[in-house]
Amino acid sequence: MSSSLSKIEKRTAYTLLLPAVCLVFAIILFPIFANVWISFKEVGLKDIRIPEPRAKKIVKNIQDSNSELKIIYKLRNSSLIQDIREVKFSDKLPKNIEPVNLDKRCEFKSQKIKCFFGNWEAGYRENLEIFVKNVNNNAINSKYIKSNKPDLNGKSNNILLTTDFTFKNFKNVFINNNFVELLMTTFYFTFFGTVGAILLGIFAAQLVNQKFYGRTFMRSILLFPYVGPVVALAYTWTLLLDPNSGTINSLLVNYGVIEKPINLLGQKYLIINILGFELKLRLALTTVIFFEIWRYFPLAFLFILARLQAIPKDLYEAADVDGAGPFRKFFHITLPQITAILSILFMIRFIWNFNKFEDIFLLTGGASGTLTLPISVYQQGFAVSNIGMGSAVSIVIVLLLITFMIIYFKLIGKKANEI
Amino acid sequence: MKFKSLIITLFASSIFLSIIICIWKMLATLQGVSFKNLNFNLNLLLSLGLVITCVFIGKKFNHNLKIFVLSLLFTILYTFLNENSPMWFSVGIFLLILFFTNKLKKYDLKYLNQDFISEKIVFEFLSLFAIVFFALVILFPFYIMFVTSFKTQTALLINPIDLSIDFSKNIFEIFKSYFVIFKTYDFGRYILTSSYVSVGTVLITLLFAIPAAYAVARLKFFGKTFLSTSILIIYMFPAIVLVIPLYTVFSQLGLRNSVEGLLIVYTATTLPVAIYMLQGYFKSIPKEIEEAGLIDGQNWFGIIIKIIIPLSLPAIASVSLYVFMIAWNEFLFSLMFLDNPKTFTLSRAINHLTGDAETPRQYLMAGSVVVTLPILLIFIYFEKYLVSGLTAGSVKG
Repeated sequence: MSSSLSKIEKRTAYTLLLPAVCLVFAIILFPIFANVWISFKEVGLKDIRIPEPRAKKIVKNIQDSNSELKIIYKLRNSSLIQDIREVKFSDKLPKNIEPVNLDKRCEFKSQKIKCFFGNWEAGYRENLEIFVKNVNNNAINSKYIKSNKPDLNGKSNNILLTTDFTFKNFKNVFINNNFVELLMTTFYFTFFGTVGAILLGIFAAQLVNQKFYGRTFMRSILLFPYVGPVVALAYTWTLLLDPNSGTINSLLVNYGVIEKPINLLGQKYLIINILGFELKLRLALTTVIFFEIWRYFPLAFLFILARLQAIPKDLYEAADVDGAGPFRKFFHITLPQITAILSILFMIRFIWNFNKFEDIFLLTGGASGTLTLPISVYQQGFAVSNIGMGSAVSIVIVLLLITFMIIYFKLIGKKANEI
Repeated sequence: MKFKSLIITLFASSIFLSIIICIWKMLATLQGVSFKNLNFNLNLLLSLGLVITCVFIGKKFNHNLKIFVLSLLFTILYTFLNENSPMWFSVGIFLLILFFTNKLKKYDLKYLNQDFISEKIVFEFLSLFAIVFFALVILFPFYIMFVTSFKTQTALLINPIDLSIDFSKNIFEIFKSYFVIFKTYDFGRYILTSSYVSVGTVLITLLFAIPAAYAVARLKFFGKTFLSTSILIIYMFPAIVLVIPLYTVFSQLGLRNSVEGLLIVYTATTLPVAIYMLQGYFKSIPKEIEEAGLIDGQNWFGIIIKIIIPLSLPAIASVSLYVFMIAWNEFLFSLMFLDNPKTFTLSRAINHLTGDAETPRQYLMAGSVVVTLPILLIFIYFEKYLVSGLTAGSVKG
C-alpha cells in the first residue's frame, strides 16, 4: 500500500516537474553543450542560414488571346555559398488549364506541374517559362493562377550538423587574440566592480540603519539604479560623460576644475604624475567600473541592511556602557557580524560581474581597453561574424565559471544555506 | 576645555556646509544661472565664522531667533561676496543655513567637553554628508534624463549646462520629444510589445514554476537533491554563453524576430530563480493543511489551486514582480533576436535610436524616460514585494 502511494507521489512529482525541466533543458542546458560542438567548427554568421530553393511566380497575359497565359518562375538558390541537391518543384493549375510547352525536366500530372531540377550550385538562377491555355478556350483568370504558390524543396548540407572539426578557434582564442590582456581586463573589471559595490553597500546600509527623517524614502531611492532598465541608465551616463557637451564635463570646465573636457569613456589611458612616477590609469575601464558599482551597490546594500537589522541591539548598548565611539563600534561589532554575508556577496557578485555584458556593451562597446570576455563573445560572433570563435570564447567563460562555482561551494556553500 | 574636539567640530561642520553650498550652486548652474566660480575657500572661511559664532553663543539666546538672525546675516554676507545671483538662489542658501544651524543646536562649549565627542561629531557629519552624497549620486542621472527630454536640440547646443525647462512655451512645445517618439518612432507599439512580453513571461513562468516548485518542496522522488542544487547552478550561467547557439537554432527555425521566441527564452531564463524562490516559501506552509485537503479527496491539482496558491500569494507577488522587472529590462536577447522594427521591445528600440548618430539626444532621453518610468512606479508602489523578491533572487544581476 505504502509503496504504491510513493509510486503515485513519484509519478506526480515527475509530471509536475516535466514542463519546467524540459524548457530549461532546451533553452539553457542544450545551448551550453551546443557551444562545445560549435566551438570546434569553422562557422561564420552567413553559414547559419540553411540554403533554400526559391521561386517567384510572374503571370503575363499574351496579346490577342485571353485563353492563354505565360507563367514565369524566377528560380534561385537563396544561398550564395552552398549547393542544394535534388531540387523538386511542384505547382498546381486550376481545372481545364493545361501547359502547352513543358521543359524536359518537368511533367504534368493530375493538374500539377512537377519538375526535378537536380543540383543547384551556390547562387544559381534560372527563369522557367511555361505557357498555359484553357482547354475549352475560355478566358483564364490570371489572378487565380497567381494566387497558387509553388512548392519547392531540396537537400542541402547544414554546416552545423556535419562532422568536420577543427582546433583553429581555440588556437585563435589563446594565441592570436591577446588572451592574457583580455583575461586581465575581465578580472580587473570583475574584482574592482565587486569590491567597490560591496564597500559602497556597507556605507549605504550603515547609513540607512540609523534613524533620520526620510529614511524609508532614502531606502527606496537607493534601489533605483538597480531597478531601472540598463539601456536607459547606460545612455544617460554616456550623455552625462560625453566630452563634447556632456553635463559633467561642461560643469567642470565651467568652474575651471579641468581645462579641457576629458573623454571618460573613450580614452584608454590617463597618465598621472605622482612625485615623478608616471602612473597609467585605465580611464575608460575605470569609468565603466564606476558605472558598474553605481548600478549594483544597491544589491549589496539590501543584503547588508537585512543583516545589520538582525544584529542584537544589546551589543551596541554594552559598547556604549564601555564607552566605545561609533568607529570602534563599527569595527568591533558590526564588521564581525557581517563578514559571513560579505563573503557570500563577494562570491555571488564576482560571478555575476564576471558575466556582465550589457553595461560595458552599452557604454563603450568594448572599445578603449574595456574588452572583457563576454564582450569578446559578441564581437567574435557578431561583429567579426565568426560564430565558431564566439562559441570558443563562451566555452572559456563556462570553464572559468565552473571553477568559480566549485570554489564557492567548497568555501562557503554551507554558510549560504544557513542565511 | 578640549581644543581638539572644538577644532574637529569647526572643520567637520564647515567643510560639510561648504560642500552643500557648492552642490546647491552646481544645481543652480544647471537651471541656467551663470556662475563661473565655486569660491570654495571663501565659503569655507564664511562657514567657519558661522560655526564659531554659533558655538560660542551657545544657549545664551532663544534658539529659533538665533538661527534665524545668523542665517540671514550669513546669506546677506554670502550674496554680497559672491557673484550676482537670482533671488531664489539666495532663498535656497538661507534655507540650507537655517537647516544647518538647527543641526548645531546642541553644540556649545559644554557639550564639546564630553568623552568621545569628536568621533561622534565626525560620524554625525559623515552621515549627513552620506545622505546628500547618495541622494545626489543616485538621483542626478535620473534628473538629467528627465530634464533633457524637455529641451530642444538648439538650446542644448548653445548651452549644454542650462537644463531649465522653458515654461513660457506651450505644452506641445514642451512635450515635443514625447510626441515625436510616439509618432515618428512608433513607441506606442514598443510599449505594447514590451508589456505583452513581460506579462506573458510572468504568466508562463508562474504556470511552469508553481507545479515544479511544489514538487521540489513537498514530494519525494529520485534525484530531488540533485535537482534542487542544479537549479541554483543553472541560474549562475549567464545569457551571453547561451546567445550563440540560441541565435543559430532560432535562425534556422525561423523564431528570430518573433515575440514568441523571446517569450520562450525569457521564461526559461527566469524559471530557475522562480522555482527557487517559490519552493522556499512552499516549504514554510504547514503540511497539516495539505493533509486535510488530501483527506477531503483533493488530488495534487486541487491542492495546488485551492490551498498552496491562496496561501502563498505574497511569494507569488514577489516572484511575479521580479520576473516582470527582469523581462522589462532585458536587453541582450532582444538585441540578438530582434532586427525588425515591428517586433522591437522598448529596450531594443532605444538601442536602435542610438544606431543613428543623427538622433537628437532629447529623443533618446524621452525614450529612456518612457522605459524607466513604468518600472520605477511599479517599484515604488509594490516596494515591499519587490524588495523581498530582489533579496531572494539577487544571486542574479
